Amino acid sequence: MHGQDGRATMFIRKGVKMKSKSRPSAKPADQSAFAKATADKSTIKAGAHPVRNSTMPNPNTSGQKGKISNGAQIIVDMLIEQGVDTMFGYTGGVVLPLFDRLYDAPIRFIVPRHEQGGCHMADAYARASGKVGVILATSGPGACNLVTGLATAMMDSVPMVALTGQVRTELIGNDAFQEADTTGITRPVTKYNCIVKDVKDLARTIKEAFYIASTGRPGPVLVDIPVDIAVSKCNLDGPVEMELPGYRSQPKGNARQISKAAEAINKSAQPVLYVGGGIISSNASEELRQLAKKAHLPVTMTLLGLGSFDQRLPESLDMLGMHGTAYANYAVQQCDLLIAVGARFDDRVTGKLATFAPNAKIIHIDIDPASISKNVHVDIPIVGDAKEILVELIKEVEFKERKKWFAKVAEWKKKFELRYDQQASSIKPQYVIDEICRQTKNEAIITTGVGQNQMWAAQFYKFIRPRQFISSGGLGTMGFGLPAAIGAQIARPDATVIDIDGDHSFNMTMTELATAVEHNLPIKVCILNNGYMGMVRQWQELFYNKRYSKSYLANPDYAAVAKAMGAVGETVDKKADVPKVIRSMLAEKKPCVVDFRVEKEENVWPMVPAGKSIDEMNGLDILESMA
Amino acid sequence: MKHIISALVENKPGVLAHVAGMFAARAFNIDSLAVGRTEDPKLSRMTIVVIGDDKVVEQVRKQLARIVPVVKVQDFVGQPIVARDLMLITISAPPEKRPEIIPLIEMFRGKVVDIAQKSLTVEISGPEAKIEAFINVCKPYGIKNVARTGTIAMPRQAKIEP
Repeated sequence: MHGQDGRATMFIRKGVKMKSKSRPSAKPADQSAFAKATADKSTIKAGAHPVRNSTMPNPNTSGQKGKISNGAQIIVDMLIEQGVDTMFGYTGGVVLPLFDRLYDAPIRFIVPRHEQGGCHMADAYARASGKVGVILATSGPGACNLVTGLATAMMDSVPMVALTGQVRTELIGNDAFQEADTTGITRPVTKYNCIVKDVKDLARTIKEAFYIASTGRPGPVLVDIPVDIAVSKCNLDGPVEMELPGYRSQPKGNARQISKAAEAINKSAQPVLYVGGGIISSNASEELRQLAKKAHLPVTMTLLGLGSFDQRLPESLDMLGMHGTAYANYAVQQCDLLIAVGARFDDRVTGKLATFAPNAKIIHIDIDPASISKNVHVDIPIVGDAKEILVELIKEVEFKERKKWFAKVAEWKKKFELRYDQQASSIKPQYVIDEICRQTKNEAIITTGVGQNQMWAAQFYKFIRPRQFISSGGLGTMGFGLPAAIGAQIARPDATVIDIDGDHSFNMTMTELATAVEHNLPIKVCILNNGYMGMVRQWQELFYNKRYSKSYLANPDYAAVAKAMGAVGETVDKKADVPKVIRSMLAEKKPCVVDFRVEKEENVWPMVPAGKSIDEMNGLDILESMA
Repeated sequence: MKHIISALVENKPGVLAHVAGMFAARAFNIDSLAVGRTEDPKLSRMTIVVIGDDKVVEQVRKQLARIVPVVKVQDFVGQPIVARDLMLITISAPPEKRPEIIPLIEMFRGKVVDIAQKSLTVEISGPEAKIEAFINVCKPYGIKNVARTGTIAMPRQAKIEP
């Protein structure tokens, strides 16, 4: 199989050609599996439950126990037992036994056009649904193509399980065809990974993978499976017990620390709640709302925290940090108590560490002990699950009016509201987002690329619900937007899913448009097309004397590309057409791509230059001049 | 400051790579690292000597504990411990020099474990400072090779009553 003839084996990864030799009339496996899965929808729904709570065995599979099975079948059975009804993946030589078992499994299987796209889809599927995203790839190039996607999920703490095929056990280390040291390559970008060398360990390892991915601080877990393990016979009997002596997650917070925190909140005259993605992964938005209301606290969010607190509420200070609002940054710099929940004091949030929140006592609530006091000194650390801790904290806090503080915050909020030039004759990118937000009534799921498009989406779309904003925050992965929209749409078929993308971010993964068309997903891609890598250009304008080195590339006609791929394509170059095109885009049932030819040299304001304190923002005069 | 960190880890392939990789990825410096099985074949103990201020070592400890197959992490700083290093050292020792060298070895409670025409190989164990001192006294004779295990350590069990 991994034979001498390079050309013949090369086709194996592409799957179809090799297969058609042995089964001339067969459709590609993935399509048939999907057709079958759709037909069996009722059984899928019956077996589907969020992985976080899945301890019950699946009635469809418990009958398999005790039967002689093989490794590939065990994998499929375990996936179903873990509540997986949808997964993503790309076939290849060493995963053929597994794809054969998936052929008639009740799992919806989405094949991307590139493994990286599939990995982002699984990631966004997890972010949109709260379940574990599952991605499958073949050995060597397949596994290597997952690396960016895994690193993205790792940085943003997204629960994912990646399964990769590996060459036969006895070939490992021989530089075999399509061999890569997958566990070695992915170790720093996964929460945990391992290779299965005995089929008896397979079921346990997969169960552990789901458990590790979805508990504690979530993250991606990779299991590497040599092809001989997948075809080994094994008698799966008895319950599958996990063996993780070194893994503990501690959801309950220390009661004394919680009381200390409550006391500090009750005493504080100028507090600020600073919340991140941890609120969303622990499903603690409702508790956050209650805490902010009961103790009367202004709330600022990190990029990944957007959606955790309704931005229409007066307590919302929106996003903080490098491109955060001036009112959030001023409030943090002047507060006497900073209550961080599920956030990690990233450098894009804190700016210059030495001058960050200089007068504040800091409370830090986080599930990951290693996040505490990593970047800033924390006065009251509480390790545990945000939701469980907030429930306890709410009981002990008291309402305080803090009239002066709220008046100050309201004044900043008014003075430094995010604005753009509404009178301009060109299409301002902010206007497009503003209009999308208005027409979708704050209800859409927004995914983004990375750069200006991402920052404007974060600034001008006002989010109201968790899991509504899906963006690569930590790693800043360009190309995330389109596959993320696909993953989110699959997780939430009835939601309006919009990818607010940059032209060059879109360029990186636009091949996935074919995947969206194949599955007839009504995703909407809004390209804020300025021809530049906009954020790079902005830095070059501000810090490199407008020397726009290699940040401008010729773009294709995106509407034509979309049409060629079977999607709807539209180009907008007149400001007056924006509302109308957005309206028809929202009504469209097919995937569509709208190419907005926006103002070429617009900047994102405010901006804290790298290494500066977060109250040293550029662009405030520009915001004020547009009042 | 030098910290001796002791980590009980699952005896699985990849664990050493995981630990070493974490140190490299987070730019922590390892002074020495020693690994060996414990009485339980499923567990190994790693003894890692790290140099850094308290904040850095605190992060090392937390990041180690975060690795899934790492079962327990202890920082021995400020505790009474027994710390030992084992060294094999080959010294150039022609017969006429041996009457001079052998008393030195005895003084350090070393043991000659191999002898050749012009050299001696000595096994010596003890706290790191003693090992360093022995290397220094051997230098004038000529050192051919040195192999060291790095420090391993155990907390002292007897509690000293005030």
